[in-house]
Amino acid sequence: MRKTSILFVAGIVIVLALGFLLPWTVRNPFYFFVGYVVLQYVTIATGWNILGGYAGYINFGAAGFFGAGVYLSAFLFTTFGLPLPLCILAAAVFGAVLGLLMGYLTLRIQGVYFAIATLGLVVVLETIVHNISALGGASGMAVYGPKPPAWSPGPSQYNFTIMLVIAVAAVSLARFVEISWIGRGLRAVRASEDAAECSGVPTLRLKLLACALSGAVLAAAGAPYPFYTSFVEPVTAFSLIIGLNAIAMPLIGGTKSWVGPVLGALLLASVQQIATVTISSELNILFVGLVLIAFVAFAPGGLSDLFGRRQGRAKS
Amino acid sequence: MSDTILSLKGVEKHFGSFRALGPVDLDLRAGERLGIIGPNGSGKTTLINCITGVYRPDKGSVHFQGRDISHIEAHKRARLGISRSFQIPRPFTGMTVLENLLVPLDYCHVDGSKEERARTVLASVGLSGRISDPSEKLTQLELRKLELARALVGNPKVLIADEAMAGLSEEEIDEVLAILFALNTSGVAVIMIEHIMHAVMRFSERIVCFETGRLIASGTSSEIAENPLVQKVYFGE
Repeated sequence: MRKTSILFVAGIVIVLALGFLLPWTVRNPFYFFVGYVVLQYVTIATGWNILGGYAGYINFGAAGFFGAGVYLSAFLFTTFGLPLPLCILAAAVFGAVLGLLMGYLTLRIQGVYFAIATLGLVVVLETIVHNISALGGASGMAVYGPKPPAWSPGPSQYNFTIMLVIAVAAVSLARFVEISWIGRGLRAVRASEDAAECSGVPTLRLKLLACALSGAVLAAAGAPYPFYTSFVEPVTAFSLIIGLNAIAMPLIGGTKSWVGPVLGALLLASVQQIATVTISSELNILFVGLVLIAFVAFAPGGLSDLFGRRQGRAKS
Repeated sequence: MSDTILSLKGVEKHFGSFRALGPVDLDLRAGERLGIIGPNGSGKTTLINCITGVYRPDKGSVHFQGRDISHIEAHKRARLGISRSFQIPRPFTGMTVLENLLVPLDYCHVDGSKEERARTVLASVGLSGRISDPSEKLTQLELRKLELARALVGNPKVLIADEAMAGLSEEEIDEVLAILFALNTSGVAVIMIEHIMHAVMRFSERIVCFETGRLIASGTSSEIAENPLVQKVYFGE
């Protein structure tokens, strides 16, 4: 195993250990309530980056996958009483299938046309949910989550730990994609699709795979959401803010590596949560816009690229 | 001809009502050095795109080693052994020089270590010293060499070099020509598309000339130089 992989696995073990231990040492559940949102965005940004960052296909439909995960999980839990891990797994599988479907329909087009087509997915799914009474329609549906298991002191802590496990799985998947032949192929697609295809890369198949993996992660990110809020309704589940954050966070952190979306999500989601508590929840979107403009103007490669260049200069 | 490796039969390509190519009949022998010339817009790149699978011909067929590949996707044609470099170099940015070669190697079979194969090919084109550098840092000549190396790394049977010498100095042209000659010596058929006439004349065993999508002349360097149709295309009436 390479040194970086050993460090990565060690980091994962430490993060997971903290995720299970912190709920017993930090007494205020509010921190876990807020931490859940930050981890949810780490997962969303990581999932988005598999297609948008590695392959360069800008997906505006992240909220569609997230919302699909929210509703499938809520439906399976309230109707069949499925345990939460199975709800998450089902959401991931459904997100992968949805990703394949979206990819098959849209991947032959590129650039702005692809982006618009993916935006359409959100509208279509939201409209469908609006019109299904079994999902609560426009009024939404109440979801009374499962009782936390003995290893967790309360519902906020339980949701936090579950979201942490999903985020860790998402980041691990993104890193695997990045360092494997899949990531190399996707980066080749991003650089020049024609050159990649003429080098033997099955570009369409790779992009479909990226769509499926990205969709699975985005939908899995939405699966525990009903238990976090105890209520789901279409406008929040398919919110434009989710789609916007999904793009902004990797762009701010850097899209070339799995580190970028994690950094971007940790930074932006934390700032948003602090702003929500101290100033106004409505200022969230303003922060996203301002930070995004600043990064596009002054650090288009994102935080990870900025650190990388600094390190490079220091070495030389 | 029994040693024909690539054969185009009545190939045509239209963009709307505009006929960009054809009908074209063209054969390439195994190990041959074929030059393709013609003014801008004469259909040379369209021809390559039809051979490599970037475009599907509207009419006619492309055969490779006796097999009709007209409807096969570009990446499968590359794996069969049809490789190309691009007119404007298209490095895989964000990757090192070595990684640029590992991309095609991920999708083809080579004996031994893939990284070793990549290093060997990079050495053969004179890029050993740049293996760990990002492709964005390469000079124009190095980019051309990288294009060729990437095309060669999967052991192609046919290499199409699309204006691989454009924008290079005389010395640099000699370097690229030496690479192509060495490759041809190893048995690879090379199609050279080029505007630099002395390079094409020096390199090619046979040259074909295109104008407005049609093949108007074929012959050796001296036959092409003296062909009145070719002279008319390049010098007017």
